[in-house]
Amino acid sequence: MTERHYRVVATLAAAAILLAAPLSALATGDAERIAAVTRPATDFTRAEDYELNPGGKTTSFAAADADAFSQPSANMSFGRRADFTVGNGIFRKLWVSAPSSTQSSDGLGPLWNARACQNCHLKDGRGRVPEPGEDAVSLFLRLSVPPSTDAEREALATHRIGVVPEPTYGSQLQTFSIQGHLAEGRMAIAYEDLPVTLADGTVVTLRKPTYAVTDLNYGPMRPDVMLSPRIAPPMIGVGLLEAIPEEAILAHADPDDADGDGISGRPNRVWDVAKNMPALGRFGWKAGEPDVAQQTAHAFAGDIGLSTPLFPASWGDCMEAQAACRDAPDGADPEAGVEVPPAMFDLVVFYSRNLAVPARRRADDPQVLAGKQLFYESQCIACHVPKFVTARKTHGPEQAFQLIWPYTDLLLHDMGEGLADGRPEGQASGREWRTPPLWGIGLTDVVSGQTSYLHDGRARNLLEAILWHGGEAEAAKRKVMIMTKDQRDALLAFLGSL
Amino acid sequence: MVPMMTWAKSILMSGAALAVAALPAHAAADKAAILATYADVAHAMYGDALSTAKELQAAVDALIASPGEETMNAARAAWLAARVPYQQTEGYRFGNAVVDDWEGKVNAWPLDEGLIDYVAESYGTSSEDNPLYTANIVANAQISFGGETVDASTIDKELIQSLQEAGQIEANVATGYHAIEFLLWGQDLHGTEAGKGERPWTDYATGDACTNGNCDRRAQYLKAATDLMVDDLAWMTAQWAEGGEARAGLVNGDPDAGLSTILTGLGSLSYGELAGERMKLGLLLHDPEEEHDCFSDNTHNSHYYDIVGMQAIYLGSYTRVDGSKVEGTGITALVAEADPALDAEMRAKLDATVAAAAAMKQRAESTEAYDQMIGEGNDEGNAVVQAVIDALTDQTRTIEKQVAALGLQPITIEGSDSLDDPAKVFE
Repeated sequence: MTERHYRVVATLAAAAILLAAPLSALATGDAERIAAVTRPATDFTRAEDYELNPGGKTTSFAAADADAFSQPSANMSFGRRADFTVGNGIFRKLWVSAPSSTQSSDGLGPLWNARACQNCHLKDGRGRVPEPGEDAVSLFLRLSVPPSTDAEREALATHRIGVVPEPTYGSQLQTFSIQGHLAEGRMAIAYEDLPVTLADGTVVTLRKPTYAVTDLNYGPMRPDVMLSPRIAPPMIGVGLLEAIPEEAILAHADPDDADGDGISGRPNRVWDVAKNMPALGRFGWKAGEPDVAQQTAHAFAGDIGLSTPLFPASWGDCMEAQAACRDAPDGADPEAGVEVPPAMFDLVVFYSRNLAVPARRRADDPQVLAGKQLFYESQCIACHVPKFVTARKTHGPEQAFQLIWPYTDLLLHDMGEGLADGRPEGQASGREWRTPPLWGIGLTDVVSGQTSYLHDGRARNLLEAILWHGGEAEAAKRKVMIMTKDQRDALLAFLGSL
Repeated sequence: MVPMMTWAKSILMSGAALAVAALPAHAAADKAAILATYADVAHAMYGDALSTAKELQAAVDALIASPGEETMNAARAAWLAARVPYQQTEGYRFGNAVVDDWEGKVNAWPLDEGLIDYVAESYGTSSEDNPLYTANIVANAQISFGGETVDASTIDKELIQSLQEAGQIEANVATGYHAIEFLLWGQDLHGTEAGKGERPWTDYATGDACTNGNCDRRAQYLKAATDLMVDDLAWMTAQWAEGGEARAGLVNGDPDAGLSTILTGLGSLSYGELAGERMKLGLLLHDPEEEHDCFSDNTHNSHYYDIVGMQAIYLGSYTRVDGSKVEGTGITALVAEADPALDAEMRAKLDATVAAAAAMKQRAESTEAYDQMIGEGNDEGNAVVQAVIDALTDQTRTIEKQVAALGLQPITIEGSDSLDDPAKVFE
């Protein structure tokens, strides 16, 4: 898709938001049908219609093996699959240092966290926690400092920026560098055991991580620096999440808990660089990015040190204080002026938008249905909202008007002290996180060869992930803690079938 | 490294609408023979890659022992010859895990040129005195790279392997065919004009005749990279011998899974890797060095032998570098049993793709190099490359039909007793 097309679509979308015309893009009668089909189940004796297709017509029915997350939207034409495979190639491409004769592949860093998109989004799935002594790749630290000037406070208040970067090290700690440069530093992780006793006496030992930065190579960090560990999230279904109408997401928001159910989901507001205005945040662990293109461009910049049409600085996350980085040769394409020219950037975005959600397994299984009932009746669905219907007008036809089952409301929730990072991001406080989608989560082990859940991969299995829930989710977690073993097994079977 | 078979599986499965043809009762025996031939051809191809790599190794040793125009040219010729069998093995990628996990060591691209040796400033936009242009392994006994300081006082196989570990990735940006190619030819600074890399042989000269500094270390790197590649190819050849892991995995596993691997590999290489990533992207970007053998301008041959190799695998017949043939029952036999017209179609399409690739090869040998063909504004050259892309795309559709015809689709749609129509979708 060309940049011009993107801008046209972006303008239409912007107009829709400005006019605040709810459901304006829908056909007559859509609203009722959508309301009916997205109503949460109340009958748990059988699977629901369409439940086997969590991605609607984009759902992949390929084998549930290590490649389960790397399939294109099933409703994609053969011709467009060519673009998908080229996008896949760019996603896997190892970027090299500039200057290099392979001008379309150089410009790495100079400071970076990974040399290819694939190196963090392993098999298009989530990242993993490093082994002791191993350098982390798919887990890194975000950095920021509290605002100290009026200008910074103003910028935060108007959503122009989501965080104030650490003055020397930027908004992310890059632990790798190209030849001749020094990495910013290293991340140190220490784990502490945190046993949790369930009602039936079972003890589950959670591991509580603490993070520090060591071996800093560019001087000290500000003493009030805030660190937030972030593991690479899975890539499946992001095109679909992008296509959920904003009104449908906002309909679940209840920032002041007006309905008194203890759940107070809030949208994040972030700066949309292409449209030059604030927008709903959807992507990232704190919903810090408005759409797939901006998420991708920020990742290219911060994680790999590559410039794109959206963020044309070739030095990525380097601050002015990091002079060597800023002065280093760049890999900018002579014509496009950026290291990832528009054609390549658009292909990666297209690829990302079309990574398909795998089909449900065992939706009919009695144990799975029993678990589904427990999930719904424990009110997990207050945040892990089961169903949405995507908009009719989308970037690509594959994502249009699909009934999807992401099990997320894409809103921010206070998850309690245990999970808090103390680092606000946009409207998100230091205790809030965006509800992550649960689709595909049961295939994590098959795809990734390991399971590392939550924002920093601390939870080694789904039960641990549940037991970390606190804050708004405390009540739901307590319901799980008092379940019998059979009930817990059923709940986990349900999650494993997603 | 993610296999291309990911998307290929879904493409191949999209031919689900076609009926499964019934196979004759003796088909099961044919399957074992097909898998055995597939492994035999692999063993022969990798064996040839190994023997030609050893000849390259001898030529490299000769260049280092007696640097000169002749030994440089001989080493280059040996490298070009070594590519012929190796490229044919690429049809074994995208399905054989043993190959996929290893491939990055020997054929990864692009290469991190600036990490290895001196690079031209003309590609960068920074000042002439920037010391970072000289921060490479050949020129520096100690270099900060990755997250640490690397001790490069001796350049040997171990050092090069450890470069691979920086950044926790299996694929390498500093070893294999293209590292050796870079050290023999240097960067191609001609853009879309005629010409390839022009590294002078004096980059390996001893004493005062040495150009561009550190000739001894450059020679060390060249030798270490070549020796390492020979080791890697020897290892892979053994995997396809009797008792080797790659062969065993196929012949001892489910025959249909093996057949699926054969076709998935061919489909993925045709469509995703070659037509898509390697050819279409270069044409899209008009970036002259967006071509795999970018230093030697040998890309036309790399593509050509990829295509020849796929035909050999399909037919179960490989012509070795010494002219002898390794032949047996190719998957063509099974397809012919199930649907003779489909087999005829595949053979015709393979022939057509080889012909289109031969035309591209011919053009590169007589008129203009591959990197000129993909240049902006070169409609004629672009068309020759596009013709190969189109043929590869076309043959992929036939491979897709074969997967269906042989009943090889991995069926994962679970039935649901309680749903009226599990395949129903909301719209």
